Amino acid sequence: MEHLKPMEPTRIHSNGDSLFQDMTFAPDIPVYVTTAAYNKDPCPNKLHLGIGVYRTEEGKCHTLNVVKQVEQTLANDLSADKEYLPITGMPEFNKLSAKLMFGSGSPAIKESRVVTVQCVSGCLSLRVGAEFLAKHYHQHVVYLPEPTYGNHPNLISAAGLTLKTYRYYDPKTLVLDFQGLLEDLGSALTGAIVLFHACGHNPTGVDPTCQQWEQIRQLVRQRGLLPFFDCAYQGLVSGNLDDDAQSIRMFGCDGGECFVAQSYSKNMGLYGERIGSLSIVCKTADVARRVESQLKLIIRPLYSNPPIHGAAIVTAILKDRDLYQKWTNELKAMRDRLVQVRRQLYDSLCNKGTPGDWSHIIKQVGMDSFTGWNKDQVDFLTREYHIYMSSDGRINIGGLSSKAVPYFAGAIHDAVISSLPSSTLA
Amino acid sequence: MAIRRAMSGRIMDRTAVVGARYMSSWWRSVQPAPKDPILGVTEAFLADQSPDKVNVGVGAYRDDNGKPVVLECVREAERRIAGNLNMEYLPMGGSVKMVEETLKLAYGENSELIKEKRIAAVQALSGTGACRLFADFQKRFCPDSQIYIPVPTWANHHNIWRDAQVPQKTYHYYHPESKGLDFAAMIDDIKNAPNGSFFLLHACAHNPTGVDPSEEQWREISHHIKAKGHFAFFDMAYQGFASGDPEKDAKAIRIFLEDGHHIGIAQSYAKNMGLYGQRVGCLSVLCEDEKQAVAVKSQLQQLARPMYSNPPVHGALIVSTILSDPDLKKQWLKEVKVMADRIIGMRTALRGNLEKLGSPLSWQHITNQIGMFCYSGLTPEQVDRLTNEFHIYMTRNGRISMAGVTTGSVKYLANAIHEVTK
Repeated sequence: MEHLKPMEPTRIHSNGDSLFQDMTFAPDIPVYVTTAAYNKDPCPNKLHLGIGVYRTEEGKCHTLNVVKQVEQTLANDLSADKEYLPITGMPEFNKLSAKLMFGSGSPAIKESRVVTVQCVSGCLSLRVGAEFLAKHYHQHVVYLPEPTYGNHPNLISAAGLTLKTYRYYDPKTLVLDFQGLLEDLGSALTGAIVLFHACGHNPTGVDPTCQQWEQIRQLVRQRGLLPFFDCAYQGLVSGNLDDDAQSIRMFGCDGGECFVAQSYSKNMGLYGERIGSLSIVCKTADVARRVESQLKLIIRPLYSNPPIHGAAIVTAILKDRDLYQKWTNELKAMRDRLVQVRRQLYDSLCNKGTPGDWSHIIKQVGMDSFTGWNKDQVDFLTREYHIYMSSDGRINIGGLSSKAVPYFAGAIHDAVISSLPSSTLA
Repeated sequence: MAIRRAMSGRIMDRTAVVGARYMSSWWRSVQPAPKDPILGVTEAFLADQSPDKVNVGVGAYRDDNGKPVVLECVREAERRIAGNLNMEYLPMGGSVKMVEETLKLAYGENSELIKEKRIAAVQALSGTGACRLFADFQKRFCPDSQIYIPVPTWANHHNIWRDAQVPQKTYHYYHPESKGLDFAAMIDDIKNAPNGSFFLLHACAHNPTGVDPSEEQWREISHHIKAKGHFAFFDMAYQGFASGDPEKDAKAIRIFLEDGHHIGIAQSYAKNMGLYGQRVGCLSVLCEDEKQAVAVKSQLQQLARPMYSNPPVHGALIVSTILSDPDLKKQWLKEVKVMADRIIGMRTALRGNLEKLGSPLSWQHITNQIGMFCYSGLTPEQVDRLTNEFHIYMTRNGRISMAGVTTGSVKYLANAIHEVTK
């Protein structure tokens, strides 16, 4: 062995520089910047309408009572262990989640044509699906609706897929640009993947009607496009879990194939538990088995197997009739509060005589509302009224209490009748 | 609502046939994937109906009754957490408290490096997630680099760096003839690798061999890695599990830190806190200064965003609850030692039984090796015989999970091994 001299704590790279010498700070992620700014703000009237988290009337974090109850049970269950789940997650969770989305009578489930794997949140469900497509599908183009959830482009392109967009929201009318959507999907590359929001479109709150969904479905099948659903708000849009899954069920039941990424972050308030699933509806049971085996190969080098806790909570709730009932009651109450706050805001603005048509507030559904404001108007609201939201004008209705509505309506009124251009306000 | 449902029912009947005619499966050409060599073993074990079956495949601790263990300190932590805390998103970098405590374990309770805020660290999805995040980071910021991986290693290491698209090479590690470390060849490989290569090192209790360098050998490894300007990345999945003392098990890392390396570490609580399925871990990268650490952390978070956005809260809460409470932490350290001691006891018993049976082979390596695994030296054919004739399940590389051996099964295991090797 060579004689070892005492070492100087020098840099390690052969040319003397750190490997990360030239590393720059990563660009801040907008939603976290907004939250940080809100947290720093000392103003007592401040409102955080920027992050997609449901809050109580008192503006507090909301853990569902049924979830608290289940957690107590789990903590006291001495027979439960912490062994690794299978790569594809908790089997019972997977079955129950598939039933929740596709319906207990789903022929695809009965025929064992649905592969469902627990993933670490809706995000990772999307990413795993995208990785699978990048590896096994011949067409690497994904069409995203314009606009869409801020992280969609990152999730899809990180898997090496190419992004395109299709028209979705009309900023002039503040409703669905259905013609534009049909045209763009009608001229999309054959076999391209198309991302759809199953319900409660984020960030606009604008959803197609049932009839429109049917037209979309026919077009997708005629063009041989591959539908990929993001289902993050089931139950929070109409208050009814089955109704909110209609778009998925249309596609899941027509004999064709589709992907569905699901999240329990919002509808079960399990945000930090990172619990979601990826389902792939296949043509045959044999294909489904092979697809599942290939999904394991993608998951293993990402995180090996998913976390237990969120899945245990969801499973306990979905499989017990009483707990399920408790959950649906709480879900409906959450959804009703969203509807009520929307109505209250709309009424306030009408009563104030704030110029413009505010009906989009009550026409839009779910947790998000696209106000149509531009960055200057958003900045005005933040600067003058300490109201925080995404710079694209999306507000989270779930973060607005009825007590805060008068303040918010006042701020909007001021923004409109001030010298800011009001052309983009309805 | 009812009208919507009725309409969609009628529409689906009419168009289901249309849909089917236009579509064929896009996945017809998808081949069935090979079973995971490690996790596939447990699947086979579960399917076996024999009452004699023994699972020494997957690296999960079992008590002397062969049962999985949830540590008492973990149960207590969960009782404190249950229903009491909100479940909102953690910050992107995960639980700050959990990361703080985790760094102390690896870098030292009073580490100057921690005080100087030179360590970029984020919570990760257990050891797998930490390794993958680092591999993606390596790919993005050192795109021309390659990773040197020991032979053998945990099989998933190859998958991780492959999927991160980092080219991999191997370095000598295990010496089959002596069932020990192939030290000279390992040093040669370090010297011959191009300057600035990345080396994956198992901090303690090497998986699958159980063969660790001695302290002296670690010092020499550190010296040569430094001389070549290589980057040392430690996978530390068994801190506490090897010797029973987490400080002792971090010795290799501390040597490298003393020598001035800027290392990376993947840490996992799967084994040493029994939190397997909770997926709790940490990735850390030692930087030149606080400013660089902030930049590196921001880039790690940026990589996590298009994966899972922010990590799961529950496991992190368990860890931070335990490690920040002196009594719970003391209890944890006791429980880790119990687990490590039981494994050491089983090593002694297995070797003793084989020697008593009059086996002509040397079984010294069973007690020389350390940690959860014993690299038995059995061939794949011998392993297959153990499975087919004796219902004993292990991975085909001959790796025995000593944590799965019990007082009740050690004699049976010794007999079976003797039968297939005599």
